[in-house]
Amino acid sequence: MEKLEVKKIKLYYFTSKGVIHALDGVSFELRAGETLGVVGESGCGKTTLGTALLNMPTPPGRIVAGEIRLDGVDILKLNENELRKQIRWEKMAMVFQGAMNCLTPVYTIRKQMMETILSHRKMAKEEAEARIIKYLNLVGLSADVLRRYPHELSGGMKQRIVIATALFLEPQIVICDEPTTALDVVVQAQIINLLKKLKQQLKLSFIFITHDLATEAEVADRILVMYAGKVAEIGTNEQIYGPRGAAHPYTQLLMAATPRLRQKVDQLAFIPGTPPDLLAPPAGCRFHLRCPQVMARCRQEEPPLIEIEPAHTVACWRWKQ
Amino acid sequence: MSEVILEVKDLKKWFPLKRSLGQWLRGQRTWMRAVDGVSFQIKKGEIFGLIGESGCGKTTTGKLIMKLIEPTGGQIFFRGEDVTHLSPEALKAYKREVQMIFQDPYASMNPRFRLHQVLAEPLTIHRIGANEQEKRALAAEALTKVKLTPASDFLDRFSHMLSGGQRQRAATARTLILSPSFIVADEPVSMVDLSTRAELLQMMKDIQEELGLTYLYITHDLSTARYFADRIAVMYLGRIVEMGTADELIDHPLHPYTKALIAAVPEPVPGRVNLIKEIPIKGEIPSAAQIPSGCRFHPRCPFAVDDCRHLTAAKLILAGPGHAVACWRYKELD
Ligand SMILES: Nc1ncnc2c1ncn2[C@@H]1O[C@H](COP(=O)(O)OP(=O)(O)OP(=O)(O)O)[C@@H](O)[C@H]1O
Ligand SMILES: Nc1ncnc2c1ncn2[C@@H]1O[C@H](COP(=O)(O)OP(=O)(O)OP(=O)(O)O)[C@@H](O)[C@H]1O
Ligand code: SF4
Ligand SMILES: [Mg+2]
Ligand SMILES: [Mg+2]
Repeated sequence: MEKLEVKKIKLYYFTSKGVIHALDGVSFELRAGETLGVVGESGCGKTTLGTALLNMPTPPGRIVAGEIRLDGVDILKLNENELRKQIRWEKMAMVFQGAMNCLTPVYTIRKQMMETILSHRKMAKEEAEARIIKYLNLVGLSADVLRRYPHELSGGMKQRIVIATALFLEPQIVICDEPTTALDVVVQAQIINLLKKLKQQLKLSFIFITHDLATEAEVADRILVMYAGKVAEIGTNEQIYGPRGAAHPYTQLLMAATPRLRQKVDQLAFIPGTPPDLLAPPAGCRFHLRCPQVMARCRQEEPPLIEIEPAHTVACWRWKQ
Repeated sequence: MSEVILEVKDLKKWFPLKRSLGQWLRGQRTWMRAVDGVSFQIKKGEIFGLIGESGCGKTTTGKLIMKLIEPTGGQIFFRGEDVTHLSPEALKAYKREVQMIFQDPYASMNPRFRLHQVLAEPLTIHRIGANEQEKRALAAEALTKVKLTPASDFLDRFSHMLSGGQRQRAATARTLILSPSFIVADEPVSMVDLSTRAELLQMMKDIQEELGLTYLYITHDLSTARYFADRIAVMYLGRIVEMGTADELIDHPLHPYTKALIAAVPEPVPGRVNLIKEIPIKGEIPSAAQIPSGCRFHPRCPFAVDDCRHLTAAKLILAGPGHAVACWRYKELD
């Protein structure tokens, strides 16, 4: 893979209550060998973005506009068959949010991994098993886990199995949706180290989704901050976490709400209010109802993405001056 | 703030495990030693943080204190009185003063009840409020305390009509409605995102100061514990391995386990993305059914020596003012 280009993608959920504008014109690029972090509060559209990239919206969702170009080919123009043969799990895999808790309790790990793999690609059982073992070893597990049932395994082991399964068809891009959120800190750090090693060894590109800016600082080369279905800010790790700090008022508040262990604070900041209802998102800047720096213009006109320095873009009127 | 409100001494809860036929015939029993000799004191008006990894026995400790389960051994004192075994009447009075916010707000609220009914439940059990009108008024008052305002907007909602943060506020309101003096808060913010987490903890702190409450704050998150708690106890496989003021424990940890936990916590700072983080401990927590000999942390400890494997487990010893640690080697390692 050279490049994944996402242009003005829109994914709406057509529910009986109305249309949820879950992704509303999101654009970004993922380069070979990089990890792009996607952060934002619950409900801002992170998981929806992951499913959009695979062109696999969850019903009643539909991609209504945009392009997703993988090395120049718009995957939104491919049919189901082409997607399955060329893209999903072949070039792009996703570790779904909570997948480790969705392993079937009544089957052994061998049976579950075999089924997943054989349903994607035809091969002899022996060959499949050899490959499974190769990938288990790669994620730090021994072949011994194959005869176990999910309940006999720890959370960390289950997450490793899910990662091994995602890697099996040798994708170049792996989308990880909250892969460490449900785990204890030590296991969390172990999984993050594992992902970093895999990235180097297998020359993978990652999209790493989480609501935690602290975790993102450990893994992401660049960070995309989402708010209410839109991009608020994109910057490098240094730009977002460095001394000059993030540029969007939303990112700044998220950062202030992130507790720091190594420094005593008397008060944690929080963002008053809740994200807007995506059935009827507000006009103007989607953050204006909660923004401490709101101006008259913010309420009426939607801010464009403004490049404030190389590689650093922000959707906020404050930066237009 | 010096009066001790709650004390537990050598508290134990062992759950029996199913036996194989062979074990049964030989009369063998195996146990899940979920809580295995825990002692601490909590002072009035204090926030005491109990932290540790999944399965280390935090919730079980909370349930023992709530008297939802019977201890296998040890004692619990509340305001100096032994409450380990209570008559039904005394138990009822105790349960009014000591309340718990449960780990899972989804499971702890009846989905078919409207919020005013959820809140009236404890009132009915304790025969408070003469009629529905009065109960509704008390419910509204509790909702106002947790800032679900105007309360009239929320009283008739079902729990599924609330956001995660609002649901957690409602759960807090339910514990406040009986005007308790002691609250066990079991992972009260683990299901919500960071901004909501900060907002809820701030609210809990405000209420605590206003009403002079004492909290046992159970969490696996060191960062919020540092911010929220006055003192912290670190639990590992059913035992406390280190205890001290929040600042002292985190700025100057003594136990290898505490040090490892701290090393693993991510921080929102630049320059970490290309590093593979050094994690001092290997593997994962063993099962509470197979507790290692000697210091129960020794199989994962990078500093374990023969003594750690064979001597009886180190007891919590005072290492400095208000700072206790259970490690044979803490002095050499410090
Ligand atoms: N299948 C669906 N049908 C209808 N609405 C949906 C569906 N999936 C998501 N949504 C809505 O779309 C919006 C974005 O949801 P999404 O799951 O992408 O958020 P998220 O950022 O991943 O949140 P979280 O951090 O909680 O995982 C939300 O308002 C959500 O309620
Ligand atoms: N009713 C029970 N019967 C048997 N074992 C139990 C029971 N309740 C808890 N356990 C076991 O006791 C140990 C401690 O459980 P506990 O729920 O107290 O842990 P915890 O620290 O609260 O974990 P978490 O962070 O996952 O909530 C675990 O190994 C658990 O499986
Ligand atoms: S555009 Fe206006 S409302 Fe939006 S973030 Fe910037 S200052 Fe705040
Ligand atoms: Mg999600
Ligand atoms: Mg628990």
